[in-house]
Amino acid sequence: MNCQETQTLIHGYLDGELDLVNSLKVEEHLQDCRSCSQEQANHQTLRDALRGGGLYFQPPASLRKRVLSNVEQASRHSAAPRAPRWSWSWLGAAAVLVRQVVITWGLTRSMARPPAGDLVAQEVVASHVRSLMPDHLTDVTSSSQHTVKPWFAGKLNFSPQVVDLASDGFPLIGGRLDYLDNQPVAALVYGRQQHLINLFIWPSTSAATTQTEVRQGYQLVHWTQSGMNYWVVSDMNAAELEVFVQLIQKQAGS
Amino acid sequence: MEQSSRAQFEQTVLVHLGAAYNLARWLTRDDRDAEDVVQEACLRAFRFFDGYRGGNSRAWLLTIVRHTCYTWLRANRAKDLIAFDETLDSADPGAGPEELVLHSVDQQALRNALEELPVEFREVIILRELEEMSYKEIAAIAGIPLGTVMSRLARARKRLEHSLTQPATVEA
Repeated sequence: MNCQETQTLIHGYLDGELDLVNSLKVEEHLQDCRSCSQEQANHQTLRDALRGGGLYFQPPASLRKRVLSNVEQASRHSAAPRAPRWSWSWLGAAAVLVRQVVITWGLTRSMARPPAGDLVAQEVVASHVRSLMPDHLTDVTSSSQHTVKPWFAGKLNFSPQVVDLASDGFPLIGGRLDYLDNQPVAALVYGRQQHLINLFIWPSTSAATTQTEVRQGYQLVHWTQSGMNYWVVSDMNAAELEVFVQLIQKQAGS
Repeated sequence: MEQSSRAQFEQTVLVHLGAAYNLARWLTRDDRDAEDVVQEACLRAFRFFDGYRGGNSRAWLLTIVRHTCYTWLRANRAKDLIAFDETLDSADPGAGPEELVLHSVDQQALRNALEELPVEFREVIILRELEEMSYKEIAAIAGIPLGTVMSRLARARKRLEHSLTQPATVEA
């Protein structure tokens, strides 16, 4: 591989988007070429700066209100197409309703957020995202709990419960060793149509009830049960993920 | 029925309002305009919500936001869109590439450099680095082939690095 090819492919390499063969070729070239490895270092510095925070624009709090009120108005229109386009008295009522919704939403959100688990939640999302990159998903690929569970033996000092939920529409895809909250943890991967779910399990010294939150567009659910921490993360919608969580909780409690 | 589709819309789509605003803000480069675009895009999303068949709702919303941004840019900032040449910067001097060493990056300089990028480059950087989306998701949102995602990222990063290593202020 020459420098010119490398200078484009190095981006796929950095982004975890290259296949194994090309990744190896890029690595080989980087070992021999000072100028390309300097490029790589530059790209990494740039990425760290871009992701270092401070560049993400947060919407003003009022935007959500306005969007909700627009949507409210639009659905009124589709229900009664002949209704006047603009009605102040109705807008007033909508504003009250919207404020109520926003307050409730804000309250449940602030109550649901575990301050201590914040860092772990961040790690869980990062690990989920990393697992979606090519060849990062599983260390042991099997839909059989009898293959996956023994695989963890000797790699962890605890034994996670492994169940296949294929009959409930969540087939087990495999398992992976991961590292969260400063310790090795079991990561189980389940599928649901085109979605993936990561379930992380490790021993817990405290007790926590089920908590949910949304982070970077991913749904997170966390609880403790039978002395274990459970974290579930997926891009699936909240309702479907709830079904999955209940199935796992039922199995873990049995 | 109507009530429930609105609740579902809130749950699956409006959770990504932050991502929608961030993308619109970077593409329009203005607070107010970004808010207008996001409102418009969310309304469109709500109207199309019946056609949403599940899947990645963040990518689905961002596709609509991006489309709304481009419509807005065409009407209000036509000069931001003209003369984007896919082959721009593609000829790379194979011999003796400049050894620009980025040790650290000043956040304000980075923000400025990003704002000055052509919008087609800016969007791939935002989607990749701030939204941490895969090439496949970016390709779907921007309506370009996978290979183009990589080559645009390559050029966008080179441009950013180049403007960040320009000696704007002389260091001792």
